[in-house]
Amino acid sequence: MNAKTLSAEARRKTILSVVLAVICVIYVLPAVAVVINSFKLNTFVKTDTFALPTGEMWAGFSNFIKGMTFGNYPFAKSVLYSVVITLLSTALILLCTSMAAWYIARVNSLFCKALYFLCVFSMVVPFQMVMFTLSKTANNLHLNTPWTIPIIYLGFGAGLAIFMFVGFVKSIPLEIEEAAAIDGCGPLRTYFSVVVPMLKPTMISVGILEIMWVWNDFLLPYLVLDKNLYRTIPIHIQYLKGSYGTVDLGATMALILLSIIPVIVFYLTCQKHIIKGVAAGAVKG
Amino acid sequence: MKKKKITNSNSIRRSTRRWGLFFLGPVVAAFTIGFVWPFLQGIWLSMCSFKTISNAKFIGLGNYAKAFSDVGFRHAFWYTALFAIVSLVLINVLAFAVAYALTQGIKGSNLYRTVFFMPNLIGGIVLGYIWSMIFDGILSWYNTSILLESKYGFWGLIILMCWQQIGYMMIIYIAGLQNVPGEMLEAARIDGATRWQTLFKVTIPNVMPSITICMFLSLTNGFKLFDQNLALTAGQPFIIQPGGATIKTTEMLALNIFNTFNASGASSQGVAQAKAVVFFVLVAGLGLCQLGYTRKKEVQQ
Repeated sequence: MNAKTLSAEARRKTILSVVLAVICVIYVLPAVAVVINSFKLNTFVKTDTFALPTGEMWAGFSNFIKGMTFGNYPFAKSVLYSVVITLLSTALILLCTSMAAWYIARVNSLFCKALYFLCVFSMVVPFQMVMFTLSKTANNLHLNTPWTIPIIYLGFGAGLAIFMFVGFVKSIPLEIEEAAAIDGCGPLRTYFSVVVPMLKPTMISVGILEIMWVWNDFLLPYLVLDKNLYRTIPIHIQYLKGSYGTVDLGATMALILLSIIPVIVFYLTCQKHIIKGVAAGAVKG
Repeated sequence: MKKKKITNSNSIRRSTRRWGLFFLGPVVAAFTIGFVWPFLQGIWLSMCSFKTISNAKFIGLGNYAKAFSDVGFRHAFWYTALFAIVSLVLINVLAFAVAYALTQGIKGSNLYRTVFFMPNLIGGIVLGYIWSMIFDGILSWYNTSILLESKYGFWGLIILMCWQQIGYMMIIYIAGLQNVPGEMLEAARIDGATRWQTLFKVTIPNVMPSITICMFLSLTNGFKLFDQNLALTAGQPFIIQPGGATIKTTEMLALNIFNTFNASGASSQGVAQAKAVVFFVLVAGLGLCQLGYTRKKEVQQ
């Protein structure tokens, strides 16, 4: 009896494994399609999308070389701007919102409560609601460069970050900060040398969420930045497809491949933190 | 002892308070520029006729009337609602099934989880172009394209969103499934419950909080979808109605608003802003329902 249920259990697990493996292969296929088509001559991408780039279809690295200067805009520049905007915005958001969240949770005055409420409210506002007026405001204040757009990201992305930080600060016992104050720490020192180290896990979660958002964001930089000068990777790729009648699909796929590789490396190295951050940030709709 | 502690934390509070400008200043300034001001101005402009913001003229609710009588907007609304509901059902059923399978102690579960979550890191624009190549590759065998028939566009977008979102919802479901008390499952097994009975009577009631979160998330994600919609079909194919109005058959609400802002008509920007306010009320309503619902659940627990 026991042996029989055990073997039934083993069979069930085998079937599940096979089903999952099949789904897994299907899941990977689109990525495989990108890789094979980035080495294929443009004319064959549409007709033989799923064939390996062999024989006359083989394009070598010419798609990648062509893609570098595609659309009269160097791809390297858009990578640079994407990196600059993502890093600056994430750093600014982490620093400013964690400071504000600590102050909100500890001082808890009427103004703090109102600000906290506004932050939670901003989380349910879709970007389309503010996109027109926000882009005009950003233009008027000359915030339309990669070095100043982080301020916009801080403003529009503050809600979720403050929400997550306040939740965490409230769970830290006050005694630790009291002990620091008795030892002669002012608020500044208490925050930077006592609170920040404790906030580290939440900082990683929030940081991951912000990086994923800013790196992939298309509409905000599209509306705010001067697109002749500054293009992030999503804007660049949209321009390639959007503005030409006949698109060089091979070169586009080569660029897509190049833009995905760093993301996958980032994912595989910080996978644990990413999955934890996503689970923690699941409140945002 | 107790009294001393209170004075102590109060004095900390007071000394912290003096640093208010330093701690709150940057966020308040950026939040005003990036959210509060554009939001208020947006509501004001939705009741104005304007070409540039400086010459806005108050006209009352005329923009809203125009927005609701816009055939394209109404079509986009129903299309978006249909899309959101179909994707909600498919994504959640599949994500739950995958999460359930991955918590059965199968070899290689971590690898599968890694692969299923991966599409979430790729941006919507890039995803849209990857899938438009794949769909066109398949449809070219039948001499057609995803841009030629709206049903291809609809199901294409559904497949794309499933591919992207199943992994995300799966993570939330796995976290929920791991919190189901082992004793309960054990008790059900000893009582002779079948596997399906255990699933429906024990497991699913215990992961209800995760199910609620995921349903609201996929619903609002469906409503707010923009990048993927723009990159996959951009609203094509278009139908020109007898009256001259063009309906972009696969255009969703967010894209409709975006296109109305960019349209050249004299009053289109005011109408677009009115549409944006309607859109905000819709999405915020869903979001507030979610917050209220999860709060209530937390209180009950």
